[in-house]
Amino acid sequence: MPTTANTVTIRIPTALRPQAGGNDVVSFSGASIREVLGGLTTQYPELGKRLFKTQDELNRFINVYVNDEDIRFLDNLDTAVKPGDEVSIVPAIAGG
Amino acid sequence: MSYVKALRCKECEALYPIEPRTVCDHDFGPVEVAFDYEKARGRVTRASIEGGPRSLWRYKDLLPIEGQPRAGLRSGFTPLIRADKLAAELGVKELYIKDDSTNYPTFSYKDRVVAVALTKAIEFGFDTVGCASTGNLAHSVAAHAAAAGLRAFVMIPHDLEEGKMVGMSVFGPRVVKIRGNYDDVNRLCSQIADKYNWAIVNVNLRPFYTEGAKTHGFEIAEQMGWKLPRHTVVPVAGGTILPKVWKAYQEFITLGLVEDNKPAMYAAQAAGCNPVVQAIEQGLDLFKPQKPQTIAKSIAIGNPADGYYVIKVVRESGGHGASSSDAEIIDAIKLLARTEGIFTEPAGGTTLACAIKLIQSGRIPRDESICVCITGNGLKTVEVMAGQFTATPVINAKMTEFEQLVNEINETAKTSTQSVNS
Repeated sequence: MPTTANTVTIRIPTALRPQAGGNDVVSFSGASIREVLGGLTTQYPELGKRLFKTQDELNRFINVYVNDEDIRFLDNLDTAVKPGDEVSIVPAIAGG
Repeated sequence: MSYVKALRCKECEALYPIEPRTVCDHDFGPVEVAFDYEKARGRVTRASIEGGPRSLWRYKDLLPIEGQPRAGLRSGFTPLIRADKLAAELGVKELYIKDDSTNYPTFSYKDRVVAVALTKAIEFGFDTVGCASTGNLAHSVAAHAAAAGLRAFVMIPHDLEEGKMVGMSVFGPRVVKIRGNYDDVNRLCSQIADKYNWAIVNVNLRPFYTEGAKTHGFEIAEQMGWKLPRHTVVPVAGGTILPKVWKAYQEFITLGLVEDNKPAMYAAQAAGCNPVVQAIEQGLDLFKPQKPQTIAKSIAIGNPADGYYVIKVVRESGGHGASSSDAEIIDAIKLLARTEGIFTEPAGGTTLACAIKLIQSGRIPRDESICVCITGNGLKTVEVMAGQFTATPVINAKMTEFEQLVNEINETAKTSTQSVNS
């Protein structure tokens, strides 16, 4: 799907690319993370199953960022997004 | 002999071959190395371990490598100190310090995990290794990579202590400073590991790396005379070591090497970065990430991916958690130095300060065995102790001046003793 000015881009991690048509970046429109990820999971239902534990709860090993900020510091799934924003889906990893 | 079976998802138990991998394809749960304990029972014995080298590789049979160790040949087997002076000060009966501030070659517990991860990186055929680090891991990766002849990239937050910068740069790695905190560095590293065919030790070699942390626990058990401490206090950053010390205890119990005394695990965090301890105190299964604000930078991880497992192990083992302020951390660093002659970094101060709180609140009984895990060295973070000591006198090289100084010191000591006694 081509990136256009009124959409939000989503970075897909390697592990989820097979369920996202092999794409590393996709674009969807929407006013919130919920809406944007809703578009993503409607188009790629298998990806949706891995992304979400329930309809309202992300898989706890998945972190979602809007322009480098973790959505848990914002309004979680209700975090507002605007065209041109970049959303990253990143599997949680630890270190130290 | 290797008793490794497979990689297994900690959540759905899906199995994977031994390969560089961080998470399960199905649910993104972390994968962990599964061992064949049935096969190991009776073969991995106290005698077989005691006959091994005086390093963490004496536990090779319970580590996920196939051939001989290729890195960190002298790492581990750090002292376990029976800390009687500190115990007297705290009013407890049996207190131990597991002192990884002396670990070889870079003076933190990270030498354990890196020894295993780099051996595995060589087995997999990688020529470049890297890490996301708050400092100690960068030191260890850089040093072990230099010794093993591997190229190293270390990614760190931009504001690390100067001593920590020197301690990694000297080994000649590519150091990349990243604007942001550790969690930003970590996120970038997961994307780097996605793109480059490098062994990022705490990302795509993570399942092997974390097994190295078990050796901290194996050593505690062996050095206590094949017994487990009843209470173990461990610092929590990304959440690697606490569940792995627990796993080590459980493996020794499973193999019949120690008696199951129901060891309890306690999580220690700085008050300025305590997502896991907050969740434990509030009875929650999941933590809320935080933006770290603490002098304990080596454990300033606000979004610990293994935090969930720390909470689970602490709860299942009947332990608890505590957090300590920057002032309490400094006091604990000084207390450990004054009583036991050990200089730890703020992470160690945090762990001791939290242990003291858990003892004072009655969570840890005073008459049972306690082990406090010290994971890093104070000489790496001298900045945090600035202004903590009285001015050092300067005299001329004359005996009269020295004698006068000693007299003054004795007078001051007498006065302070009197004021304590009065």
